[in-house]
Amino acid sequence: MRYSFLQLLKQGLSGQTGWPPAWRSPEPKRSYDAVIVGGGGHGLAAAYYLARVHGMRRVAVLERGWLGGGNTGRNTTIVRSNYFFPESARIYDFALRLYEGLSKELNFNIMLSQRGVLNLAHSEHDMELMARSVNAMLVNGIAVELLDAKQVRAEVPLLNFGPGARYPIHGGFVQRRGGIARHDAVAWGYARGADSLGVDIIQNCEVTGFRIEGGRVQGIETSRGAIAAGAVGLSVAGHSGVLAGLAGFRLPIQSYALQAMVSEPLKPMLNTVVMSPATGMYVSQSDKGELVFGGGLDLYPSYAQRGNLPVEQTVVAGLLEMFPAFRRLKLLRQWAGIVDVCWDYSPIIGPAPVDGMYLNCGWGTGGFKAIPAGGWLMAHLLATGRHHDISAPFDLSRFTTGRLIDEAAGAAIAH
Amino acid sequence: MTQRFRTASGGRIDRNRVLRFRFDGRAYEGHPGDTLASALLANGVRLVGRSFKLHRPRGIFSAGTEEPNALAELRSGARREPNTRMTMAELYDGLEAASQNRFPSLRFDLLSLGALAAPVLSAGFYYKTFMWPASFWEKVYEPLIRRAAGLGRAAREPDPDQYETMHAHCDVLVVGAGPAGLAAARVAGAGGARVILCEQDFELGGGLLMEPEHAAWRDETVSALQSMAEVTILPRTTVFGYYDHNVLGAVERVADHVAAPLPNTPRQRYWTIRAKTVVLATGAHERLIAFPGNDRPGVMLAGAAQAYATRFGVKAGARALLFANNDAAYDSLFALQDAGVAIAGAVDPRPESAGASAARARGISVWADSEIAGTSGGTALHGAHVRRRGGAGTDTAVVADLLCVSGGINPAVHLASQSRTPLRWNEALATYVPGVPVLAQHSAGAAAGVTGIAEAAADGAKAGAAALGAAAPAIPLPTGTTADARVLPIWEVKARGKAFVDIQDDVTTDDIRLAHREGYKHIEHAKRYTTHTMGTDQGKTGGIVGAAVLAEARGERVQDVGLPTFRPFATPVTWGAIAGAHVGKHFAPTRRTALHEWHVRNGAEFMDAGQWLRPAYYPIPTDTDAWESVLREARAVRRAVGICDVSTLGKIDVQGRDAATFLDRLYTNTFSTLAVGRARYGLMLREDGIVFDDGTTSRLAEDRFFVTTTTVNAAAVMAHMEFHLQTAWPDLDVQLASVTDQWAAMSIAGPKTRDTIARIVDGIDLSNGAFPFMAVGDGTVQGRPVRVFRISFSGEMAYEIATPSGYAEQVWNAVLAAGREFGITPYGVEALGLLRIEKGHVAGSELNGQTTAADLGLARMLKKRGDFIGRTLAQRAGLTDTGRPTLVGLRAARRDEKLRAGAHLVEPGSTTSHGWITSVTRAVEIEGWIGLAMLRGGAQRIGTRMHATFPLKGEVVEVEIVSPYFVDPENQRVRA
Repeated sequence: MRYSFLQLLKQGLSGQTGWPPAWRSPEPKRSYDAVIVGGGGHGLAAAYYLARVHGMRRVAVLERGWLGGGNTGRNTTIVRSNYFFPESARIYDFALRLYEGLSKELNFNIMLSQRGVLNLAHSEHDMELMARSVNAMLVNGIAVELLDAKQVRAEVPLLNFGPGARYPIHGGFVQRRGGIARHDAVAWGYARGADSLGVDIIQNCEVTGFRIEGGRVQGIETSRGAIAAGAVGLSVAGHSGVLAGLAGFRLPIQSYALQAMVSEPLKPMLNTVVMSPATGMYVSQSDKGELVFGGGLDLYPSYAQRGNLPVEQTVVAGLLEMFPAFRRLKLLRQWAGIVDVCWDYSPIIGPAPVDGMYLNCGWGTGGFKAIPAGGWLMAHLLATGRHHDISAPFDLSRFTTGRLIDEAAGAAIAH
Repeated sequence: MTQRFRTASGGRIDRNRVLRFRFDGRAYEGHPGDTLASALLANGVRLVGRSFKLHRPRGIFSAGTEEPNALAELRSGARREPNTRMTMAELYDGLEAASQNRFPSLRFDLLSLGALAAPVLSAGFYYKTFMWPASFWEKVYEPLIRRAAGLGRAAREPDPDQYETMHAHCDVLVVGAGPAGLAAARVAGAGGARVILCEQDFELGGGLLMEPEHAAWRDETVSALQSMAEVTILPRTTVFGYYDHNVLGAVERVADHVAAPLPNTPRQRYWTIRAKTVVLATGAHERLIAFPGNDRPGVMLAGAAQAYATRFGVKAGARALLFANNDAAYDSLFALQDAGVAIAGAVDPRPESAGASAARARGISVWADSEIAGTSGGTALHGAHVRRRGGAGTDTAVVADLLCVSGGINPAVHLASQSRTPLRWNEALATYVPGVPVLAQHSAGAAAGVTGIAEAAADGAKAGAAALGAAAPAIPLPTGTTADARVLPIWEVKARGKAFVDIQDDVTTDDIRLAHREGYKHIEHAKRYTTHTMGTDQGKTGGIVGAAVLAEARGERVQDVGLPTFRPFATPVTWGAIAGAHVGKHFAPTRRTALHEWHVRNGAEFMDAGQWLRPAYYPIPTDTDAWESVLREARAVRRAVGICDVSTLGKIDVQGRDAATFLDRLYTNTFSTLAVGRARYGLMLREDGIVFDDGTTSRLAEDRFFVTTTTVNAAAVMAHMEFHLQTAWPDLDVQLASVTDQWAAMSIAGPKTRDTIARIVDGIDLSNGAFPFMAVGDGTVQGRPVRVFRISFSGEMAYEIATPSGYAEQVWNAVLAAGREFGITPYGVEALGLLRIEKGHVAGSELNGQTTAADLGLARMLKKRGDFIGRTLAQRAGLTDTGRPTLVGLRAARRDEKLRAGAHLVEPGSTTSHGWITSVTRAVEIEGWIGLAMLRGGAQRIGTRMHATFPLKGEVVEVEIVSPYFVDPENQRVRA
């Protein structure tokens, strides 16, 4: 059933009882042409594009828990493509362009709000480094603007321009096309779209092993039985290393908790996404009115999706240093997602060391903004067995060749 | 008449004193001991808020932290605090509060007109519409939604109050000072344990405060606890989070019950408590029943109505009706009756019950086997429709302005669940109770599903004894009979109208069913799709009710559906308290060198270098601009002698039998061959083969090295060393100490350096033969110990003198005096940068995490034999590719043109970037601007010209590509 205001009105007359399920809950079939492990945004998007772009219908998405319950449902919903290297700019801007048409494409309002992403500079040295990055982005064709302190103040008056600032604001740069989107809606919209094209979305289905013969993947062992698969895609952020282990190979990935927090709902007061490398925090206000914010990774590798006090204190202090008027606000909730981090803070997309198996992982802290691209490129791999031009530089082999795309060094903040 | 709903007597308020306060501009009176909520009720104020989505009228629903409705903006101006629970806000004289989320007023809220569209505004409606035309989402719909959503308004100015941070350790942390908590604390305290007792209320007692007959036990117990030296009692303290290793976070509201904190007193205090054992006596929250109109002002939890009557001396209404599925709730009704509230009756879905019989005995009408199918009224309750269970027969209209609801209790398992204690279904109470804990922890009393004052206290005493882990002393315990808390698990009355499971966010039972129908069947999906339990109360009263509605839709038992994950914060916490003193300048430490005061006295302009403050340059009156100062300082070094404070460089003392082996593995070059008394420049790679850091390392003894790092990487290098010692090479006998702050260091550079320092350094023969380039030695200056290093960053003859920080200024002044006749000039970081760029030395802008040793012209630093960190991966094709950008020098082709760091290098007429400028400066050795750059095919391009483009400013500057070594490429001067 198509979603529209008219339909909503019509359903309103009958007490909203006529809506069909957004997706079915099918039993797994014995075999599929392609199986995607991981029912987060990336996996669901891959399934959707496999069906929509490549016409594949015998496709399943396996999810251990519930759709979008991993990092898709835990991130701070920021989208942007202000990256340093041309390879990164291409992949993230591809994602952003897909995001821009996604509500219409999926007939599901993902509430993309391109309210701008502002990165602050706190010294003249920061401004120089920023100039270099901004020049690189402009060379890469990404529209960004460098702002001086006065311009920043005009856009975000609540920022700390007082004499007591530890890290005074010297300026910043803004990508106007950046912003936020409703994270759950992205997962649900892709799930509904994929389901409507015949993809089987199977929740509560844990992968327990892979059937690999002659170096080629033949199928998957799951908590709901064995499933034969022509091709297998892994989109399991936070667990990529674990799944790779089941398949018998290792990935150059370390997994860390990344914490996020949310305030009580407040009337609108912040209309831009603000990031501050010096204080290590980033914040935006959701449409519901909550301030959603986070900071850097926990210092040690972990799979525990929980917050802790030291990071909470560091992140909140950073936020208050940027917004001293927020001190009397209250924190409602704190949580953590597990992010898979590569050395160069760039993702791994491409064939796995097992034939017929493909990887989409290692997005670190930046997976949400890349969902449409990650899904599209994974679909391309699963359908054709070959890289899309955009994904080629992100192949696993770059760790062997040393041709890294070091966004940690390039972008200085990696969220 | 003021306080017309105040009871004639009773309660724990001080009727002899009157507190004046304002709500939405109107003046009211209350008493000490009141909350804002109880005082408003005493004055007959029923409408206190508007719901989140539909802006429906809302009244006070509870008497505690579970409050979904009664949220206000407390105080004003910079102290305005949105979303404050009126039920927790202690009344003080002069309190000002305003309702929120309404326009223009609480009574006439235009936004409530949106409720006319309520049939369309079902769960998740926004996912299905606002998509056409596409541009309207951000321009029209989103701003409208944002305006209608949100609750209170944040302050616009910095909070003037202070916050404090505490760390505490204890044997037993008791959370909650109700009967269970008090008993647990007393047993543990009497047994000699170090106890911390936290209570979020301003009075200790919890449920005891509603039971005047237990006041004596409460008072005796509290005074016993107060007399125990090892028991710390923290009232007004909310434990909000339970983390790994029995670490708990709490916030003490030190001064929220007064208009403003006293001078030098914090508003709130943030506690990090590490407990050997934790007793969770957090009590329980009564839960609502979802029936149509259950959100109308006047509908209130039964226990809350009782609390208002017995603790606060307030009649929450004139005529009360009870709707309850358990006997315990009848006690609340009886308390109201005793307080003089007229009783309309009791509605009980059970066919017969002890509660109903007791009510009849008190002359109260009971509708048994019945339920409430709706309420009437506008912004206040007028009455309810009672019908037979399931809807048989006709409705009876009952007049009442207070409808007390009890669907049973939910033990407050938030903290237990956060600590990963599994939850267990309790059939009798139809709710979750804590299972077997993972950490050293006991749940007691209502928090564990043990109801009744006497039972809870006994359970608390048991928990206290268990926490004590030793023979527990006996303590006095309260006695008394307890009403049966078992419930008939009814969750919902299915009748016409909106029945809410989340009163704050306007989530109805139909919304939950809609979510289920549309496939959002998992509890987490249903939560996210409907926003159920996502309000500021986090579903404390209705969470499980929504889960039950979902369970029914799924055809499963409630316990099979589960609840969404409990996460911090059990109760929202003020950010200011979390940040504590780490605000403003104290957000991060400001590091000053031992010579800082000298720099200040001598007019230095400072710059930030990470956390350090360093002198950028020292302007003198004749300097017309900053550049003039910088160039003057740099010329002094090139022509005579200068002195620079380099204390910020990281310094690590490396000692042990295997120190040399250790450094050989860490650095790309070899240190085991370094002679004692000599220094060597070292280069360190990351494991992936990229350059990490550089610096000089000196050998002070066979088993002792003095390592220096760049300023910015000091901590990272130390961590890198520690990590490898502890994980990769625990067998090495090496000890590390960071001595950055212990040693001040000054670099004296220029052709007159030796002439200068030879006059003051005793104990070292500084002649070129005895103390050549890269020599190191210990001596004294004016009797003070110094360590002298003959190393150079500027390319000039240079010595670095290090001295324990306390002697820094004395030694510095001695050097200045000795160099006066040569015109010795202090120089800052800007001149230091200028000099190093002229010399072609790399620094942070080049060591940026993207460059290899070869890129930087340092390939010779990689030893041919022996392993080191980064060696293997540095040999990968991508890192040895000759097409990589390499270090070159640049010179503006037109001497008057400025270069900019961050410009990209392109062929004239093209926009393809071949590299970028990393560092620039005006030069003193040659004329005009020079720079360093990373350029593809750099070596081959030397002698050619390119364009440096800076798109941000639309600038293009022609540059000559030259060798990066502008000064003394043969390195003669440093050996002079």
